[in-house]
Amino acid sequence: MNISMFDILGPVMIGPSSSHTAGAQRIGKAMYMISGKEEISSVKFYLHGSFSHTLSGHGTDRALVAGLMGMDASDERIRNSLEIAKERGIQVSFEPQDLGDVHPNTVKIIAVTKSGKEYSMIGSSVGGGEVEIVEINGTKAKSSGKYPTIIVTHIDRLGVISKISSILAHHEVNIVTMSNSREKKGSTAITMIEADHSIPAEVKEQLEELDYIKNVVIIEKFA
Amino acid sequence: MYHNAKELLALIGDSGKSIADIVIENEMELSEMSREAVMEQLQYRYDIMYKACHDGLEKEVISISGLTGGTGKQMWDFIQTGKGLQDMTTQKGIAYALSCSEVNASMGLIVAAPTAGACGILPGTLIAVAEKLESSQEDILLALAAAAGVGQIITKNATVSGAEGGCQAECGAAASMAAAAITQLCGGTPAQCFEAAAIAMKNVMGLVCDPVAGLVEMPCTKRNASGVTNAILCCDLAMAGITSHIPFDEVVDAMFRVGKALPSTLRETALGGIAVTPTGLALKEKIFGTGGCGGNCSACGGCQ
Repeated sequence: MNISMFDILGPVMIGPSSSHTAGAQRIGKAMYMISGKEEISSVKFYLHGSFSHTLSGHGTDRALVAGLMGMDASDERIRNSLEIAKERGIQVSFEPQDLGDVHPNTVKIIAVTKSGKEYSMIGSSVGGGEVEIVEINGTKAKSSGKYPTIIVTHIDRLGVISKISSILAHHEVNIVTMSNSREKKGSTAITMIEADHSIPAEVKEQLEELDYIKNVVIIEKFA
Repeated sequence: MYHNAKELLALIGDSGKSIADIVIENEMELSEMSREAVMEQLQYRYDIMYKACHDGLEKEVISISGLTGGTGKQMWDFIQTGKGLQDMTTQKGIAYALSCSEVNASMGLIVAAPTAGACGILPGTLIAVAEKLESSQEDILLALAAAAGVGQIITKNATVSGAEGGCQAECGAAASMAAAAITQLCGGTPAQCFEAAAIAMKNVMGLVCDPVAGLVEMPCTKRNASGVTNAILCCDLAMAGITSHIPFDEVVDAMFRVGKALPSTLRETALGGIAVTPTGLALKEKIFGTGGCGGNCSACGGCQ
């Protein structure tokens, strides 16, 4: 395992807590990416464990909303993000909820865009500002945000993964990590791929034309 | 690449290189950056650290909870009276660390080093020592790189998370990083840098994470001040030729084991230590009312 010196001397961030503030911002930013950077009309945050206990005390609420609006960890507007969201007409609510067997710093986000699309995700802040997205739109996932990621929801059929990887190879996208999970044999499956370089939009278009592919989400690097 | 101090020192061998040289070479390869780009990133981070270490000296910086703040200015004012017992470098380092920690608690801009809770120790120590030594900007940035190398090794072999290892993993790691940085700045050998880092970690082994109301304020700010004194002490010991006896890598392993042995009440949950003293609980109630959580459960211990 090689760790960047800038992960040690970093993140450059608005305080006070790398896990409760910078990590929360990154999770919000993940939702900003998952919803395709569309304008949000309403968002609900379901806070688990330590996230719900010290919500405003660590600015976790402001950091989540700032990330959702696309702000970075070092953006000084994080302090006023709740007011900014109000000005933009975004309805925001926070609720404590037991999300089960997850990391103590976990949040579930449900966001509805101005065009009426609904997205959900669950993300954990695992320490030092590092995060892990563990569920996207109801399906298990695993993304740290350190690499551009493509998430393909498809039917569990022979050869689908090979088609995904060959389209990526055609666009010269090198795979760093790859994971696949399915509900049961022949049912909905999800393939997540982290790549070295950003994934072009044509990849999404070409994949969505294929049989058995239900949905493709490309997430830019957000951490 | 190196996984521990032993490997890093082996990479240095008798090349005459510093810890910083190896850490920067590794970063150039890992991040595909030129040396100039790495140094620019270090300068960018140093500038933010410098500002955070100074913003709370002339004016009171108050935390978002409204309960703490102003100690950076108090210490700075006290330094001007000349009545402090520690030498000027240590006193200034303490004031810088308090300022940086308070800027963090006020939702100001800081550089986690290695975490936000411990963000004052490395810059506070480094800036004060560099002032005394009149170090060049290049040497200051190289000291930061050495600190990062120590932090990398602790992260790889243990943890820098208070929730996982207690305060020893945050303020202990920061003091180790700072001790190595200033030992390199003072002209110490790479081996001496790791001696200083090992001693600094040993000095706070077992230190618990017990934040009042779960906030990065009490006791975090003052533990940042304490980390400066620890780092400077250990640099002096190492420069005197005193060794740790227990090598740095073994100290890091021990810290991790101690962290795992700590009950969860003493790992950032605010369920133990000073967080559950009568005054700690009263302060919590002042901030969150009878439980920011709704107040009718025993989940956090705050409403006992």
